[in-house]
Amino acid sequence: MEHYLSLFIKSVFVENLALAFFLGMCTFLSVSKNVKTAVGLGIAVIVIQTITVPVNNLIFVYLLKEGAIGRYLGENYANLDLTFLGLISYIGVIAAMVQILEMTLDRFFPPLYNALGIFLPLITVNCAILGGTLFMVERDYNFRESVVFGFGSGFGWAIAIAALAGIREKLKYSDVPDGLKGLGITFITVGLMALAFMSFSGIQL
Amino acid sequence: MPKSKGKDVLLNPLFNNNPIALNVLGICSALAVTTKLETTVVMCLAVIVVVAASNTSVSLIRSQIPNSIRIIVQMTIIASLVIVVDQFIRAFAFTVSQQLSVFVGLIITNCIVMGQAEGFAMKNNVRLSFLDGLGNGIGYSVILLGVGILRELFGSGKLFGQTVLETTSAGGAYVPNGLMLLPPSAFFIIGLMIWALRTWKPEQVGRT
Repeated sequence: MEHYLSLFIKSVFVENLALAFFLGMCTFLSVSKNVKTAVGLGIAVIVIQTITVPVNNLIFVYLLKEGAIGRYLGENYANLDLTFLGLISYIGVIAAMVQILEMTLDRFFPPLYNALGIFLPLITVNCAILGGTLFMVERDYNFRESVVFGFGSGFGWAIAIAALAGIREKLKYSDVPDGLKGLGITFITVGLMALAFMSFSGIQL
Repeated sequence: MPKSKGKDVLLNPLFNNNPIALNVLGICSALAVTTKLETTVVMCLAVIVVVAASNTSVSLIRSQIPNSIRIIVQMTIIASLVIVVDQFIRAFAFTVSQQLSVFVGLIITNCIVMGQAEGFAMKNNVRLSFLDGLGNGIGYSVILLGVGILRELFGSGKLFGQTVLETTSAGGAYVPNGLMLLPPSAFFIIGLMIWALRTWKPEQVGRT
């Protein structure tokens, strides 16, 4: 239990996908103009991340890993290594999940669906989602760990985007030099946030 | 006219319509791979190849793709291209591929590739799409190389691993700026670059 708790804390704060690895930056910067949409998107990312990372974990362990598929196809395939197909299968799973989420939201939560608008399909190309899966593969998590990691990393990303949106809402009232307005100052704000998040990096759990 | 249009499509993404500085696309990888110039260059080449090739192939079959499944089709094309590039880098530049770790795979989700396939290649002919892909790849590389040069030069006094500024620890006069090696510095550098670009071309102010 303790192991999973520390994995969760680690994936939320120490290895925050947005602020320590800079994944999902495109949506991170363009949807963070107000807190409400940012939180909505954050929740969507948590949901997708919690589903896709474990599903991809199953695909990796039972189909793609070296020798995994041999168990179903017999001796001739015992050493078959399909890991090179990884990228394409993961992205397929992610795209399918996003599509399902989109249809569900459209049917049951139209306001959120309208608020997210164009950015819902963009979750497919959100590096945070694919990045989460790739980190899961690279670090060889088992199924339970991947559930915790998926939820934790999605949660960390959601916190980061909500925080940035909060700062940007207040930023409207400050006097920023002309050329720096908008994107420029946002970059610098994120840089400062990332510096702040680096203070978590020494934590041993 | 057609000739100058091709040129516009190729050159506009460099400064007038830069994918990173103006459209906020493809930033994820821009930050993580720029500590060293070598990895930066490999990453840039990989992105240029993928975006040009994906634009060309999407444009080739644009009239055959049913509208409702176009995203999946584009994803598949892009993912296959990225797998090829990934295997290629692993085969010929193994140490660099170790340093890039997951970020080559993440080209799939690089919004530039997807954005250009969806926004440009679906509507334009093969030649223009190829040029547009090339231009956007290069526009991305311009910013990335700038960041890479600044970070490696001021962070460790080197370029491509060759010492340019002798650091104090090696008996020289330059005190390396440790902040440059840390990830947040990439944000500051890109922020300042955007500031410079928008001061030079004021009509870009206020967009996003």
